[in-house]
Amino acid sequence: MEDWLFYLFGAIALTAALFVVLMKRVFYSALSLIICLCAIAGIYLLLEAPFIAAVQIIVYAGAIMVLFLFVIMLLDPFSGALPADKRKYLRYCALVLGAATLLLLVPLLRSYDPGGTPHDSVSATTATGSVSVLAETLFRDYLLPFEVTSVLILVAIIGVVVLAKRQT
Amino acid sequence: MSILHCLILSALLFTIGTVGVIVKKNIIAIFLCIELMLNAVNLSFVAFSRYLNQVHGQIFVFFVMVVAAAEAAVGLAIAIALFRNRNTLSIDDADIMKW
Repeated sequence: MEDWLFYLFGAIALTAALFVVLMKRVFYSALSLIICLCAIAGIYLLLEAPFIAAVQIIVYAGAIMVLFLFVIMLLDPFSGALPADKRKYLRYCALVLGAATLLLLVPLLRSYDPGGTPHDSVSATTATGSVSVLAETLFRDYLLPFEVTSVLILVAIIGVVVLAKRQT
Repeated sequence: MSILHCLILSALLFTIGTVGVIVKKNIIAIFLCIELMLNAVNLSFVAFSRYLNQVHGQIFVFFVMVVAAAEAAVGLAIAIALFRNRNTLSIDDADIMKW
């Protein structure tokens, strides 16, 4: 059952990712990226990370992608179709580079040895996936990085306001 | 479903994102492909977190999401500024810093 669900979500994610690249209109790319993100959230659930799955849906597929769609609808109708790229060779270069990336990544990942069997004991997996353990680690061991991210977000907010404001 | 399956899926998604970044010309489409690459890496983080039975991988995913949100906001603001000043979204026209 779990395997079956993994293959289903993986196939959905891969197909949607391909459509992100293949679609001509950016709007459709963004919509298929949302589908891809939701499928990845399903895989997170299979990997016993329910909090990450929820955050993926709420923050990624919700907030960030809505921001993207907002900007696309703000700008795209006026931009029209971009002029066709004269440099066709770039496409073949990208395919060659993609194949090279896969050829590099896959043997590297295959050589990874998880070191013993994956943890199947019920107590261990529930401990990893639970929100309370996550929160305890986040607010004890990673308190300073957590606070620094708030500064990062503040900087991003100010930067966005400065960049997007109409110069008078 | 072993860790290998998750890592291969992550590698495939990352590769699709890389190809998209090179092929696409619209700046917003390139941002979308970058988000795809970030998600591929997040997937491998969660897979390692599950199989090493440590929660640190999920915390890293959390931070990656925060940085991705900030990056998307700033990037889209740059896209708006680019469109306002050059009246285009094509990155081939944004070559003012090219030497």
